[in-house]
Amino acid sequence: MRISHHQSEALLLDYATGALGEAWSLAIATHLALCPQCRQTLSDMEEVGGAVLEALSPAPVAADAFEAVLARLDGTPAQPETAVAQPKPTVAPPPGVVASAGELPILPQPLRGYVGGDVDSLAWKRLGLGAYQLPIRTRDETAQARLLRIPAGRPVPEHGHGGLEMTLVLCGAFSDVTGEYRRGDLQVADESLDHQPHAAEGEDCICLAVTDAPLRFKSLAARLVQPLVGI
Amino acid sequence: MRETGAPISKDARPASVAEEMAALLSAVAESRDRAAFQALFEHFAPRVKAFVQRQGTDPHMAEEVVQETMVNVWRKAGQFDPAKASVSTWIFTIARNLRIDLIRRANRPTPDMNDPALVPEPEPRAHEVISRQQDAERLRTAVAGLPKEQREVLHLAFFEEKAHGTVASELGIPLGTVKSRIRLAFRRIRSELGEVR
Repeated sequence: MRISHHQSEALLLDYATGALGEAWSLAIATHLALCPQCRQTLSDMEEVGGAVLEALSPAPVAADAFEAVLARLDGTPAQPETAVAQPKPTVAPPPGVVASAGELPILPQPLRGYVGGDVDSLAWKRLGLGAYQLPIRTRDETAQARLLRIPAGRPVPEHGHGGLEMTLVLCGAFSDVTGEYRRGDLQVADESLDHQPHAAEGEDCICLAVTDAPLRFKSLAARLVQPLVGI
Repeated sequence: MRETGAPISKDARPASVAEEMAALLSAVAESRDRAAFQALFEHFAPRVKAFVQRQGTDPHMAEEVVQETMVNVWRKAGQFDPAKASVSTWIFTIARNLRIDLIRRANRPTPDMNDPALVPEPEPRAHEVISRQQDAERLRTAVAGLPKEQREVLHLAFFEEKAHGTVASELGIPLGTVKSRIRLAFRRIRSELGEVR
């Protein structure tokens, strides 16, 4: 599975340590669903976390801590999971939303739960030039996640991003100066990459894009008068 | 007084701390063994406390994370799979998730291993038959044997919730150096792991 290595390894480590924000984590977790190799890397990173935890000098806990824990075991009924409270799909994906019966969903979890179904059941918003987007709500105020749907063979509408941009391909493919990206491939780009992604022929390209908020698509008019930089 | 080093199985004394912890956790899972749970508590609660405190959590919340982590250890003991992780790693992930949930009040999206869309491992990996407990011992040695500057960035990365940029300014070194040190540290650790796989 293709993953642009230097930056994504740092992001995977931030995911492993728990430092990564929700929007970026959504892209990492969805990539993990499609990439057994990165799941193995994550598991190694967590194993390092365990080794570092083991090596720490113990700090004293409250004198009654063990009794307090025992009391919680006895006193309270098992509570619902507190560790990972993820938004549940608002609608269960109806059987018809996947391309045909028996086929696998295009959007893996946790992404499918965040958007409330698979690609054909979504309320896509028009972006212009045949492209669509779907903003994804998270509690992360530092970054914005969205689905993009780019018609086969067309360029991605130009958009500004001053910081980091993470793009995970879910359907179809896109290419830019750095190469071609297919389902499961994750591109991490910063402002130093001057690129004009182009969807491959044959199939609409559906991507999960995460960017430092806010991200603004330039207007069609602006796009028409403004020569594209770098091409 | 229970001796924490007492073997759980009658066969033999566990060969390592990691294996001993795995045996204690399996006693909690299988027979709700409170003595085993207490031994786990005595080993891990003070380490989780140190872990959370080093992340700058105030003492009251740190204690809360510690206790909630141990409650989760009791409740989820049956979900622990010694083939996939060592006990210290499993507890590290519980504490990490609780800290995100209780302190940051944020979500942590994770893949669903039962999702039909999840791409499975290509084939059963031979090395996974080898216990993760042995990996854990090797890792501990590898982490301890890292050059100081690599160990430093690794500790900062794991125990202080800071973006790499903040780590860089704190150590007074460029961001690129932090990233390359982290990469070097991991490369070294993973090659250590590779030797046993």
